[in-house]
Amino acid sequence: MNFTWAEMLPLVFMGVMGLALLAYVVLDGYDLGVGLLLPFASDEQKDMMVASIGPFWDANETWLVLGIGILLIAFPLAHGIVLSALYLPVAVMLLGLVLRGVSFDFRVKAHAARKQMWNRILSLGSLMAAAAQGWMLGSYLTGFDRGLWPSLFNLGIALTLPTAYAMLGAGWLIMKTGEALQLRAVAWARKVLWPMGAALVGISLATPMVSHTVFEKWFAMPQFVALLPIPVACAVAFFAAFHVISRPRVVAAGYGWIVFASTLLIFVLAFLGLAYSLYPYIIIDRLTIWQAAAAPNSLLFIFVGVAVTLPAIIVYTVYMYRVFWGRATELSYGAGNSAN
Amino acid sequence: MDTLLLSRIQFAANIGFHILFPTINIALCWFLVYFRVRRRWARGTPAAQGWDDAYYLWTKIFALTFALGVVTGVTMSFQFGTNWPGYMEHAGNIAGPLLGYEVLTAFFLEATFLGIMLFGRDRVSARVHMFATLMVALGTTVSAFWILSLNSWMQTPAGYELVEGRFYAASWWQVIFNPSFPYRLAHKLLASTLTASFLIAGLSAWQLLRHRGNAGTQHALRAGVVAAAIAIPLQIFAGDQHGLNTLEYQPAKIAAIEGIWHTEKGAPLTLFGWPNEKQQRTDFAIQVPKLASLILAHDPNAQLKGLDEFPNAHPPVAPVFWSFRIMVGMAMLMLLVSWWCAWTLWRGRRGAVTGSGHLGTPFSRWQLQLLAAMTFSGWVSTIAGWCVTEIGRQPFLVYGILRTADLVAEHPPALVLSTLLAYLVIYAFLLPSYVVVLMYMASHPAQPAGLGPQTPKAAPTAGRA
Repeated sequence: MNFTWAEMLPLVFMGVMGLALLAYVVLDGYDLGVGLLLPFASDEQKDMMVASIGPFWDANETWLVLGIGILLIAFPLAHGIVLSALYLPVAVMLLGLVLRGVSFDFRVKAHAARKQMWNRILSLGSLMAAAAQGWMLGSYLTGFDRGLWPSLFNLGIALTLPTAYAMLGAGWLIMKTGEALQLRAVAWARKVLWPMGAALVGISLATPMVSHTVFEKWFAMPQFVALLPIPVACAVAFFAAFHVISRPRVVAAGYGWIVFASTLLIFVLAFLGLAYSLYPYIIIDRLTIWQAAAAPNSLLFIFVGVAVTLPAIIVYTVYMYRVFWGRATELSYGAGNSAN
Repeated sequence: MDTLLLSRIQFAANIGFHILFPTINIALCWFLVYFRVRRRWARGTPAAQGWDDAYYLWTKIFALTFALGVVTGVTMSFQFGTNWPGYMEHAGNIAGPLLGYEVLTAFFLEATFLGIMLFGRDRVSARVHMFATLMVALGTTVSAFWILSLNSWMQTPAGYELVEGRFYAASWWQVIFNPSFPYRLAHKLLASTLTASFLIAGLSAWQLLRHRGNAGTQHALRAGVVAAAIAIPLQIFAGDQHGLNTLEYQPAKIAAIEGIWHTEKGAPLTLFGWPNEKQQRTDFAIQVPKLASLILAHDPNAQLKGLDEFPNAHPPVAPVFWSFRIMVGMAMLMLLVSWWCAWTLWRGRRGAVTGSGHLGTPFSRWQLQLLAAMTFSGWVSTIAGWCVTEIGRQPFLVYGILRTADLVAEHPPALVLSTLLAYLVIYAFLLPSYVVVLMYMASHPAQPAGLGPQTPKAAPTAGRA
């Protein structure tokens, strides 16, 4: 098949948008997850938990802006339809993100008596954002159908996504902390793993039932066989995480990162499954990515920018993660021991 | 109330609240770079502690302000789609890429290096830390570049073709560097400089008056006063030039600003008055004959277009008229205060005054109180200026082409009202929290023990470097 630029570019941008949203879900997912777990920790542990995400959350949230930005840039028609259909959950998510984001700073800068309040606001904001994102995903998959069953489906995802984020958050804490907090994170992971697994299976089965299009894409030969690796790999990742968290010795031996890596793998596979289910639609059964695409001239202009800046963004993001590699330490603005 | 009005109030509330924080930070970050450089120059001298203290306190303030700016900015990026989908349907080909470049070249840069700038001082070398600070400053300024380019394009669209009601870019250069962009960018960057300068000078003066200052407070106070005194005449000049540009491209906005109802030659300048939209006149006007023509066209007998030339295509007069006078009034106040204080500073440096200074500064108690009172003066003029330019653009969203009323999403009014109230409640909670925490930080400016340059080099290898 011979693709022209005009046909190719929407596909490229669909890919970039997908990657940005995947990066957002995974990266801010662990931030939000830590926020959700915050109420279950002691005061000192709370400080360390926030310290483990302090340098990262801001840049992590920027992936959401990039994802939604590309929806706006590359698919302006879909952007209007999607966001006006999701008006209320978007507002809830934004208010949640506002509350969560400001709490990072207020909790340490306000008078000490106010710290508890800001900790609670941080968790509340995280929960609002996570649940609203779940609802949005469900609503997107059902083509914004407002009937009873689709709404229940949305509700199901709105309850599932926070557990998945909490799992990511627990995995992150297992990697980035030690001693009592690490043990506690393992215990949290044990609590959320099974609900998360059950919910993921439930959603995977429910999605083809609420959408005929998705059903036909998965349950036909030979696709069904070709797609089997996705659920199989998910199951393997799930049991790898289960294996590690049920044996504290394995965590103590330095294999705690497997919990985060497995959860990450499940997210990536679920994302691939979703991408396969939806293609070539940007709004299921209504608008394909080519119908929604912006003018080729505009896409080309921004494509140049993406091609130059995205690799740079990835490079300095990796650099930043290297700077803060290893166990989290208490956050301070001071010069500390350095002689500068 | 109808959906259109509610959506407009919601957008105005969101952007009005958002702009408070970037307007501080665009310039504040360059102050931090300056403090950081002075700190480096002063290595080994007692002044180093002072510059480090100033850097420490204002970095904390920067970080808080940044967080508020980021989260309210995320809200903005969704508003276009949730409330104004028609805008992106018609102008998405132009607006999308400009916003995209802002995210790609600015947002990631500032957000990523902010982590290193704030928390990485122990983990990277001095040079890398300096670089990170510079990247954050650059990121905030680049961000202003792109968003003001888009805003200017909406005010003075250029470089486009219209096909079936949709915009297509004909020349990206003309789109980005549209006629009002250079003026607006200069005006905004100077506004940010003034906002940050008065915030720094004001909060420092307040610290001293409450005996909460340290060596850094004196440095910050002087830096704020000097920067304000330099920026204000530049801003008045830039504002005048911007006005001339507006007269050329948006004469209806100027007519509303000046309260010129009917086209006339040798138009008088209305200093104050009460715009009466029904009767098409300004009541109780205090006017200077021919001055409006002289200022705007540099000719006392020049003809100025009145609002009657733009039937159904001019903004509501009173809000534009009043906002403009608040903005200009604040500028005059800033000029007086900053030059008076700078003059005192200059005389103090020359040793001309002795003994009249207060609390270790060359300033009198009066001057310190005046500066403290003007801590948030930049916010007032920024919001006022924002109202002049954005209300002044109405009833258009893209000037002369797309009308705001045609692009709004048709949600039920109750839905928009509910989100608007939720935003307002949160903003009403966050704004006082911000101001209170700012004052709390200012009254506890000391660095925790063990930080700062006086600490002996305990373990030089501890850093990752």
